[in-house]
Amino acid sequence: MMDAVAPASDARPDLAAIAADASGERAVGRPSVYVYEAPVRICHWVNAFSIIVLMVTGYLIGTPLPTVAGEASDNFVMGYIRFAHFAAGQVLAVFFLTRILWAFVGNHHSRQIFYIPFHRKQFWKEVLHEIRWYAFLEREPKMHVGHNPLAQTAMFTGFTLFVAFMIVTGFALYSEGQGIDSWQHKLFGWVFAIWPNSQDVHTWHHLGMWALVVFVMVHIYTAIREDIMSRQSIISSMISGERQFRD
Amino acid sequence: MGAATETFYSVIRRQGITRRCFHKFCSLTATSLGLGPLAASRIANALETKPRVPVIWMHGLECTCCSESFIRSAHPLVKDAVLSMISLDYDDTIMAAAGHQAEAILEETRAKHKGQYILAVEGNPPLNEGGMFCIDGGKPFVEKLKMMAEDAMAIIAWGACASWGCVQAAKPNPTQATPIDKVITNKPIIKVPGCPPIAEVMTGVVTFITTFGKLPELDRQGRPKMFYSQRIHDKCYRRPHFDAGQFVEEWDDEAARKGYCLYKMGCKGPTTYNACSTVRWNGGVSFPIQSGHGCIGCSEDGFWDKGSFYDRLTNIKQFGIEKNADQIGMVAAGAVGAAVAVHAAVTAVKRLATKREDADHNS
Repeated sequence: MMDAVAPASDARPDLAAIAADASGERAVGRPSVYVYEAPVRICHWVNAFSIIVLMVTGYLIGTPLPTVAGEASDNFVMGYIRFAHFAAGQVLAVFFLTRILWAFVGNHHSRQIFYIPFHRKQFWKEVLHEIRWYAFLEREPKMHVGHNPLAQTAMFTGFTLFVAFMIVTGFALYSEGQGIDSWQHKLFGWVFAIWPNSQDVHTWHHLGMWALVVFVMVHIYTAIREDIMSRQSIISSMISGERQFRD
Repeated sequence: MGAATETFYSVIRRQGITRRCFHKFCSLTATSLGLGPLAASRIANALETKPRVPVIWMHGLECTCCSESFIRSAHPLVKDAVLSMISLDYDDTIMAAAGHQAEAILEETRAKHKGQYILAVEGNPPLNEGGMFCIDGGKPFVEKLKMMAEDAMAIIAWGACASWGCVQAAKPNPTQATPIDKVITNKPIIKVPGCPPIAEVMTGVVTFITTFGKLPELDRQGRPKMFYSQRIHDKCYRRPHFDAGQFVEEWDDEAARKGYCLYKMGCKGPTTYNACSTVRWNGGVSFPIQSGHGCIGCSEDGFWDKGSFYDRLTNIKQFGIEKNADQIGMVAAGAVGAAVAVHAAVTAVKRLATKREDADHNS
């Protein structure tokens, strides 16, 4: 795997002697690699924010808040919730598209979440290694500049495929309100050829939300865990773009 | 019924209108529409020569609720639709003829109006056991349907049965009841779903075809756009309560008395395409939501198999016990959450153990 970095020995040498801090102890110079370019980072955080808004508002559309009192014309609770959902959905769609476009012009890490190199034996060997690492069967994690192979697989299915599914079904459902002459219906109306009853599309869209909830949980957990355990920066990398290796 | 091809003019004359009055009507129509001087004679000519569209109306597996609805049409009156606008040559439920005489009309229409008659089908054919679950005139209905469909101009699939399958096609569908468009694939089919469809929608479709001599514009699923392009929800008079967030929570609560939105009571208005909230029922008197009950989605595909009529979220049967998306999702999220917690705990313990080991080695 080209992204695998050999354990630190060859990266360590003289870097360690770079600087000394105030107490006179020598600081450790750490090699870092620029992995996540700015558009990737921006897309990541915008998408993360949109997905949170979409999950909360989406849940409230399926299970609305308790009835409000007063005149119907004085309140617009459901309207605002639905507006937030639709707005966040469109933002997600735009930034998801931007992210796809960036995969064509960005560095090779930006393409990682859009494919799984099924044909490469080495890839599957490393997936197995990662599974063994998570099953506590390996003592040392391997280091990767971009996503590790297991993470790449999870990102491709858990994020790219699921979010694409949510965007497609989401626009199909949105087209119901926009009418059958809308561009949304022209582009996404075919969803109703698969599920003629829109109730089924609602159900799948709903299940998709829960699939993303599970993805988000695993995503955040593994990011934190790897940040601590695999001696390479994960969380701060998505802010600075740099991946640091700490051995 | 049957016999010679009738024009609109002959029907008009039969109803006691003189030729003089007929021409007055034509010129008045042309004038009021602002048409040119020649228009009056063209209208007269069209009415004198244009034959009424022959209609064959057949019944498969069904409950006749479509016919019951149809005969209650107010605009136009069903009397006008049946006796003036179309030439209803065959309808085994309401026709006078019976037995061999009735069946002979089918053959006659096929021969005489090849490619010109409309085949209106109420109900659907069951295909299991060679179609023996619906025998009509000594033959499986599916054979009769295929025979008459062959020479038809177009087919109208009345109701949820003919359009989607309805209750007889609900799981497990023992008779293998099958909607018309899955059996007849080489003819234009108009789906007019509903259980039953609204009377005015039915006569409206018939009126369109007889007036313009072509089928109305259909949506992706084969339903006439003019009646099925919007959801009940889009035109519901309770919609302001939905947007405001005002819902009925119990059947007998204050909100129910105030006529708030029935969304939480499982109203299927948001996923149902039909004209109930605009055309309404019984001559525009009311419709289910107006009388305080949610829509059950009777014009939608497989509406019997989508769980309770009173749940907002659909039950998903594939999971053994009936659960909705939220219940399944919460269990999945809970299980993954627990797994993450356990994994984190094991990680922490392992890490401590390794550190101690390393420390022992170093000392």
